Parts: sequence; structure tokens; C-alpha cells
Amino acid sequence: MSSHPHSRPHTGLYATALRASVAKLHPRALLGNAVICVTAATAAVTTLLALRDLATGAPGAGVNLQIAFWLWVCVLFANFAEALAEGRGKARADSLRATKAETMVKLLAQEDDPAPRLVASGSLRAGQLVLVETGDLIPTDAEVIRGVASVDESAITGESAPVIRESGGDRSSVTGGTRIVSDSLVLRILAEPGKSFLDRMIAMVEGAERQKTPNEIALNILLAGLTLIFLLVTVTLQPFARYSGIAIPVVTLAALFVTLIPTTIGGLLSAIGIAGMDRLMRANVIAKSGRAVEAAGDVDTLLLDKTGTITFGNRMADAFLPAQGVIDRQLIRAALLASLSDDTPEGKSIVDLAHRLLPADDKPAETGAPIAFSAQTRLSGVDLPGRRLRKGAVDAVERFTGRHADPGLRARIDEIARSGGTPLLVAQDDTILGAIHLKDVIKPGVRDRFAELRAMGIRTVMITGDNPLTAAAIAAEAGVDDFLAEATPEMKLDFIRREQAGGRLVAMCGDGSNDAPALAQADVGVAMNSGTPAAKEAANLIDLDSDPTKLIEVVMVGKQLLISRGALTTFSIANDVAKYFAILPALFVAAFPGLAVLNVMNLHSPQSAILSAVIFNALIIVALIPLALRGVRYAPAGAAALLRRNLAIYGLGGLIAPFLGIKAIDLAVTALGLA
Amino acid sequence: MHDLLGYAVFLAALTAGGWALAAYMQPVFTGGRSLLSPALGPVERGFYRIAGIRADQPQGWKAYALSVLLFNLLGFLLLYAILRLQGALPLNPDAIPAMAPDLAFNTAISFVTNTNWQAYSGEAQLSSLAQMAGLTVQNFLSAATGMAVGVAVIRGFTGPRGAALGNFWADMTRAVLYVLLPLSLVLGLLLIAQGVPQTLSGAAHVTTLQGAEQLIPRGPVASQVAIKQLGTNGGGFYGVNSAHPLENPTILSNMAQCLSILLIPVAFCFLFGRMAGDRRQGWAIFAAMGVMFVAGLAVIYWAETAGSGLGANMEGKEQRFGAALSALWAAATTAASNGSVNAMHDSFMPLSGLVQMINMQVGEVIFGGVGAGLYGMLLYVVLAVFLAGLMVGRTPEYLGRKIEAREVTLAMLAFLSMPLGILGGAAISASLPAALASVQEGGPHGLSEILYAYSSAVGNNGSAFAGFGAATQWQTTALGLLMLLGRYAIIVPMLAIAGALAAKTRAPVTLGTFPTHGPLFVTLLVLTVTVLGALTFFPVLALGPIAEESARLAGQSF
Repeated sequence: MSSHPHSRPHTGLYATALRASVAKLHPRALLGNAVICVTAATAAVTTLLALRDLATGAPGAGVNLQIAFWLWVCVLFANFAEALAEGRGKARADSLRATKAETMVKLLAQEDDPAPRLVASGSLRAGQLVLVETGDLIPTDAEVIRGVASVDESAITGESAPVIRESGGDRSSVTGGTRIVSDSLVLRILAEPGKSFLDRMIAMVEGAERQKTPNEIALNILLAGLTLIFLLVTVTLQPFARYSGIAIPVVTLAALFVTLIPTTIGGLLSAIGIAGMDRLMRANVIAKSGRAVEAAGDVDTLLLDKTGTITFGNRMADAFLPAQGVIDRQLIRAALLASLSDDTPEGKSIVDLAHRLLPADDKPAETGAPIAFSAQTRLSGVDLPGRRLRKGAVDAVERFTGRHADPGLRARIDEIARSGGTPLLVAQDDTILGAIHLKDVIKPGVRDRFAELRAMGIRTVMITGDNPLTAAAIAAEAGVDDFLAEATPEMKLDFIRREQAGGRLVAMCGDGSNDAPALAQADVGVAMNSGTPAAKEAANLIDLDSDPTKLIEVVMVGKQLLISRGALTTFSIANDVAKYFAILPALFVAAFPGLAVLNVMNLHSPQSAILSAVIFNALIIVALIPLALRGVRYAPAGAAALLRRNLAIYGLGGLIAPFLGIKAIDLAVTALGLA
Repeated sequence: MHDLLGYAVFLAALTAGGWALAAYMQPVFTGGRSLLSPALGPVERGFYRIAGIRADQPQGWKAYALSVLLFNLLGFLLLYAILRLQGALPLNPDAIPAMAPDLAFNTAISFVTNTNWQAYSGEAQLSSLAQMAGLTVQNFLSAATGMAVGVAVIRGFTGPRGAALGNFWADMTRAVLYVLLPLSLVLGLLLIAQGVPQTLSGAAHVTTLQGAEQLIPRGPVASQVAIKQLGTNGGGFYGVNSAHPLENPTILSNMAQCLSILLIPVAFCFLFGRMAGDRRQGWAIFAAMGVMFVAGLAVIYWAETAGSGLGANMEGKEQRFGAALSALWAAATTAASNGSVNAMHDSFMPLSGLVQMINMQVGEVIFGGVGAGLYGMLLYVVLAVFLAGLMVGRTPEYLGRKIEAREVTLAMLAFLSMPLGILGGAAISASLPAALASVQEGGPHGLSEILYAYSSAVGNNGSAFAGFGAATQWQTTALGLLMLLGRYAIIVPMLAIAGALAAKTRAPVTLGTFPTHGPLFVTLLVLTVTVLGALTFFPVLALGPIAEESARLAGQSF
């Protein structure tokens, strides 16, 4: 993963966010957030009343003005949180937009048109063919229909090493905004200008297309309901107070109202959502919708491709097993010589292992004529002066030598196959020297990762084209919970449907076109950026690094997003207890001196108590902005442990923190003589 | 020490009784064969034939809710007619005239909604026919309605995907036939044995030892008292309810009645666990309710036995029950939405009044009404799970069902009805001159009287502070309407939530699933009820009982 120079917050970002938070005071902008909208309306009424008091010289006008001021601050802080979160996305969008320059492109009438016509990139339509050559910017999303070229995708992925793009297969898609480094391609345009992947990405990171996710909608309803309840509480308090012979100033009631409604979570809710998307973005994953990120937190089953995710993808030599009467070193030297000119990853791994096992002074230096692998013989090797060395599949080598492996070797060959490995035989002329054990190597750390997922209640399922025996062995070694062997795209789709019928949410990643149906069916589908357009279209997340293990990270980000929302909601509601204890005695103590017992914080005066509660209410938003943007710390654990921890920190903390905070502010307010 | 031991025995008996009743009720409401099936099965089937009910025809939430509303509307009309016409109807030995329209409206709603708020005095204003065919019938039917809705909601929460909520008519029949009637029979006989009258002849004319003529009102008392307790109705035969020596003569009758108040609500917790196929779920809800009940009882007991420093507070209490048994009853009758009393709540210490009001204001979910307590608590469960469920990093789910926007909307709608009814109603009552006429005393205690009345009506409890004059036209009308709000503004959304949940796939339980059993969840649920339910009323309680208590401590009385 690489970082982007513009994604780090800097002072300019804060200045922009500050300006934006004032601009967000526009009623239309406020309407999107019930709690903050109500706060702003209350602040407006309070301001008018405080100004009237000031004009008429009524007592307490000073404190009322301060209350009005802090109510506005509360709204501004909420706006600021949102603007700051959006700002980080905007910075990223600007750097993306820079790659979207209008250029001239070479339009082809047909695939082998010798005379391309130069047109503006903005005029391209889907289905048209264009030629791009070394140094050209790829104008928009397209499919390669001819040629092989290396493409610099750093503008999109941040990865500086160029990647190969070629016609046919799973590497045939190119993205607008990337640049050809060498060679040329003929492309068929897939996306009209303004609708390319890059455009969607810009819209996503800017938050322009951000729609509220299901949980966010439900939470908004809850917060609106609570706001309504507290409105009832404060509105009815006036008649009750009058009955008791107390007149509560409207400004004070307004202060009580705003401190009770869940302004903290109301103000930070959208910032949490935007920041979650941004975290994903910094992990180089583009979410096509926020819904997918949220669904990632809910995932019960992870489908992981064996190759590339669980294993390195290539079989590697693990051991040399000599035949009867052959000494180790003889076999290793023969295997080394037979593999020197073998460029396949298997061949290289045999050479590596042989070099590691042989003493430094005992390296064979002979050279001869290399024999390349052919489909007929299924052997490769080398012809040295006077002897022929071959290595290959067991039956092929047996045919070459005209002999069978001795029973001892035979038994070990069978054992290799049973364990999920691949045995190769090495022969010199008509003598079988021994076997090489090739095995799938599990990536380091994968086992621990799966154990973590299991602790979170997520089941991992390995998908492989291997036979069930091999699959079972690798599954056991990697520690996955289940596997799907000899998997075809249809089997994957069926498996996902079965899991979903059992009430489970499934996540998978894929890159090939034949993965597209499964990607579309999965609740969370991550397509590799290197994948085909069909796969990218079907998925709801795209990993720019094309790293299949990223799926796990996506799940973590999703969970962290939900936890952050829940934690701040709990905190916000728990805060109300202290606010009651600050404001109620202040309202009633004049009429019922006995109610001073409720003033557990021993606040200085009724005025200072109310003002302190309002100030706390505003400051807590700004204090929690970093937490909202960063997300609540999340370590993989079971639900019970997470709940215990978060309930202790945000529930209990939410009860206690405002008692301390309001008391401290009261001391300050009193010391400064503000009330 | 003696008292505490008694409380412990009471709680143990209550738990065991509720547990056993739940075991009995499970087959009754899940189509199995229960203990009484051999005897009552033919009666049940015969009844279905006569009434044309197809008991095996399931209803979705809308059909179920519609049946509830329709049936209760008919019940209201019937009862209203009886009350208005009782002067002309038979079984009226004391020649009691028709009830006034507004009072009849209030009384009919009160009994149909299981509130049993009594703005009248039973022995003086009701004929025997009105008592038996009117009130006692509604005592059974309103309780059975609560139980049916409770069972339907349980089915929605716990049943398989796509399950219907059951058949309202069958649930009603079974609740009455298998649960309420047999239990009432047992309790009624016990009460008769303790000396509670059960007769169709009118008041007894006696000559006292001093030679004075005295009229002692009598009637079918035992039968009505049995169902008033078991069905969390609370409407007594006599105006002073179970404080009356003929309604509640002995310690034994007192304990039996007190247990009966909480028996079915407790059983519903365990029934929930059983029907969920995970009894721990039932225990968790029982524990949450139990913790709050015991906490409330502790405060009332402490306040009443401490009194105002001159020994226990015995004002308004029966000498034969004393402070401890009166405290237990007061806690039970306000926690469950019963409303019967064996002492005058008006005369309790302010802190006791505070607890009684909170018990009602949280929505009668501390055991609550029969069936109603459970579905009321499930409302809080939905909110608690939604609030804290996000903190485990998943979309909140309860029993495998996701809690989403629709459920939250419905839960908030239902939840709003408590503050709207109680705070709104009480606030108007505290401002209108016409309404203020009902308040006997000034100062914080007067406010408490108003607040208590509205909490009681919206919570469908039915008890009252004695000083409150409930029989004015304003109060009978306002309280009547609010009883409707408190009943149906919760029943309909809860059935809708049950219907919505029933339509959802159940996700399997994994390590990542939010645990809804065990002490952590119990704590969370108690905190949710306290912070969301009780704190809403903190400001007005501060002006009522809390102000009264703080003034009392300062030597001032109201």
C-alpha cells in the first residue's frame, strides 16, 4: 500500500473546513441532519431572545447571550466535523482530477485503421476504438482488444511499478487517467466521459454521491425520536414549573433542550461515515457505496481464493527424497542441473532449495544442452556430456527410464500426494534418482489472521481448483474453517446462495469475468483492479492494489465504522444524566431550596451551572472529532468482549465524563467571572 | 430481618410459580397438549364450532392487530351500554341508577384497556350485573387480550422465518380457558375460604353491637378479586380495593393476592425463553425486571419503615398488614400494571411515591401487565440492542433478526406514547383551571397527584393517589383517551415490529453475535430503561416527589 501526498490533513485543510462549516449554516444544508437542524433553530430563537433582553436591559442578558453563542458554536463544531471529514476526501479528489486533463486521442475507424483521426477525449463514446501509444494518457475506461503494453497506474493506485495490460484474459481492462509507459494498445471505449471509474471515484471520495447507509438511516430515526421526546420534556416543563410557582426563562429551557438532545452523535454521525470511507480509500479500496462498507462489518463467511490469498500461488520445492541406494547429494546435484534452465517458478524454487542444501564448495559447474518442457514428453532437463538428466511428473519419468520407482520411494511419493503436495521424479538416463516434493507454501501470518477472524465469529472458506485431497491438506495447514475443492464459478455461486439462505452474509473477492456472477451475488464483493471490466462492474468494492488479502481489512474497516457509531451514540445518551444534575437544581433551587441536594457537582451558581452544561455540550463535539475521524480503536475479538469493553469505556465513561467536564468548566467560568 | 426473610420467600415463590406456569403455558400457546387438555380440549373445540373460529388459520400482524382492535371496540361498546342501562337491567338489588355518560366512557375504556382506573365507587355505583357481566367479563377479556398480543409478539420475535403471529381468536380462547379461568377458580376458592364474600344477594343489613343499623355492601366479591389480581386489572369490588377487610381479610389472602399480581407477568418472561428455544433469553429479561423490582421495593420499604423519624409510616395503611406488606404490595401493583391497593398510596412517603410513579412511567415493563409487560420490555430490548449492538461491529440483531430502520421507527413511535401521554396530559392538567379542580393539595404533592394519575392512566395501571378527584368531566375524558393511547399506541407498533422481524431470515449465532443473555445484557437493559425511560420524567419528578422529600427533610410539609 502506498500513501498519497494529498491525503494527509494539513493546516490548509483546517482552514477550508472552517470556512465550509460556516457555509453549512445554510438552512438547506442543515435540513439533512435533524438534531443539528433543531439545534440551529434553537440557537436562532435564543439569540433573538438574548438580544431582546439586552435591548430592554433585562437581568441575565449577558449569560443569555453567552448561551446563545455556545449553541451556535455547537452547530459550527458539528459542521466542522463533517467538513473536515469531507475535506480529506476532497484533497484526494483534487489529485485524481488532475489526471483527468482533456487530451487529443487517436480515434480508429476499425481495428487496423492505418490513419487514426485526432479527436478531443471529451467527445468519445462507448464502443469507439482508439489507439494509445507510449506516453499517451488513457482517456477513459476501456477494454484492450489488441496489443500488450505496460501501463503506469500510479495516478489511481499510487503504485509506481507499471503493470502489464493485454488483450484477452483477465488483464484486459484499463482505467482512464493511467498512462502507457511502453508499446501500444488498441482500446474499445467502455465508459462515456464523465461516467468512468475515475469520475465515480472522484464523486465517491468527495462525498457527492454519498447516500445514507441503512444503519445510519435507522440511527437517524432514533436520534430524531429522542429529540422529539426531549422537546416534549422541555416544553411540558414550563407548565409544571408554573404550577410550582417557578418561571423558567425561555433561554434556559432552550439550553436544557439542546444539552439533552443527542447533539454529540448527531453532530459527528456523518463525519464518522465519511471518515470510514476515507479509511478504506487510504487502504486503496474504492467502495462503490457506503452500504457495502457497512455490510462488510456484518460478514459471517469469507470466501478466499487459495492462490494468492492463502498460498503464494506457486508450488515450491520443499524436500529432496532420494531413491534406494542414491545418496542425497547425488539427487540434489542432478535436480539442480536439470532445473538450471527452467524458468518456471517451480524450477527456480528447485534451484534455490538445492543451493541452500549444497555446501558452497560443492556446486556443479557443468553445462550442456537444455531440454525444454514439452507437452508430449512432459519432461525437462539437460543433456550433459555422457549423461541425460530429466525431471518431470512421476509417470513421465517412469516412461523415460522404463523403470518403476522402488517401493520405498513409491511409498514416499504417495505420501506427498496425500499431503496435498506434488511429487516430481529426477532421473539420470535409465536410473530414477529420487523425488522432489513440491508444495503449496502458505503465506506467513495467514493462520493467525484466520484465528482472529474465527474469534470475531467469521468463518473462512478456501476456494481452490485443487482436488479435495490436496485442498483438505492445505485447508488444515492454513487453518481455514472449510474449503471448496475443484471449484467452478457455478459452485461458487451455489455456495454463496446456500450460505445466504442460512442467514449468513458472504464476502468474496475475484478478478476474472467468470467471477462476476458470484461477485454480484455476494453481499460484499471485492474486485481486483487488475480484473476484467465485468468483475469490476459486478463487485461493490474495488481493490486498487489487487491484493486478495485486503478483504480482511475491508471487514475490519466495516466493523470499526459500526462500532464508532454505536460507541458515540451510547456516549452521547449517557451524557444526559450529568446534564440533568447540572441544570435541574439550577432551575428549581430558588423555589425549593431542598433541591440543592441534586447539585451533586456543587456548581457555583444556577447561571454558571447552565452555562457550563451548554459549553460542555459544544466542546465535547470538538473533543471527539479526532475519534470520529480515526474510528474507535478496534482489536479483533468476540462480540461479548467487545461489548464489555466498549460499554465500559463509552457507556460508563459517558456517564462520568460530563460530571468532571461540567465541574471543570464551572470552575473556569466562575474564575473568569462569566456567570 | 423478619420482613426481609418474608420478601425472600415471596420472591422465591414468585419465581418458582412463574417458571412452572410458563412450562404449563408453552403447549397451550404452541398447539401442544397441556395438562388440562383432556378436560378442556372438548370445551375449546365446541366453542370454536359455535363461534365459527378456525383456530388453525394464522394471521399476519395486520390481521392480528385488526382483530385486537375490533374485539376491544366491541367490548367497549358492550360495557358502555351495560353501564348506561344498568338501572333498567336485572340483577340490581340495590336499585343503582345508570352511570353518567362521561364516567361510563371512562370506566368502559378503563376496563377494556386492562387499566381498571376507577373514577367511581363500585359498591355504590354499580349493579351486580354491571360488576359480573360488565367488569368481571372485561377483567378476563382485557387480560386475555394482553396475553394474546404478548404471545403473538413472542411468535414474531422467536418463530421461524415467515411465521404468522398466530390466530387472535384462538389465543384469546386459550388464554381465558386454560390460564385465567383455572387460576381464578383456585384463587377465588382460596379467598372465599379466607372470608371474602361471594353472593348474588345485595348488601347485608346488620345491627351493630351499639344497636346502630349498618348496611354492608356485598356481592360476587371473591370471583372479581381473583381475576382483578391474576389479570393485572386491579379494579376492586369495593372503592378502597384490597384495603377493604371483606376484599382482603387476612395475611394469607394478602400474600395470595400479591403473588397473583405478578404471577402471569413473570411466567411470560420464561414463556419467552421457552418459545425462543433458548431459556437464557427468558431468564435475562426476568433478571432485568427483577433487579428493577427489587430496587424499587427496597426504596419503598426503607422509606415506609423509616417513616418521618417517629417509627414506620402507618398513615393510610391497614394495621393488619403493617408497613412491610403494604410496601411489597405497592411495589408489586405499580410494577405490574395492576393498580389494586392494600394501602393508600397518597399517604406513602414521597420517595415511595417516586418509585411508584417511575414503575408506571417506564411503561409498565417491570413485569408489567399480563403479556403487556413482556412486549413493553421487548420494546426496550429493541432500543437497547440497537443502541449498543452497533458497538460489537455488526448491524444490531436480536435472536438472529436484524434491527433496522423499520423496527427502530416503530419502536420510537411506541416509545413516544409514554412521554406524550404522561407529560402532555399532566402538563395540560397542571395548567387548566377546570383540571386543577381535581387536585386536593397544593405544592409538590398536588403535582404528584396529577402526575400519578396520568402515569397510571397511560401505563394502564389504574391506581391513584386518593386526593385526586378523578370524577370531573375533564379528567374522565382526558384520562379515558390517554388510556387508549397507552394501550394501543404500544400494541399496534409492537405487533408491527413482530411482523417485520418474523419476515426476516434468522442469522446463525456466532462468536460475533451480540450476546442477549447474561449479566452484561441485563445491565444494559436496566440502564436503557433507566436512562431512556425514567430520566425523561426526572425534571417533573424533581418538582413533585423529589421536591416534596427535600422539603420534608427541611421540615416543611405539604
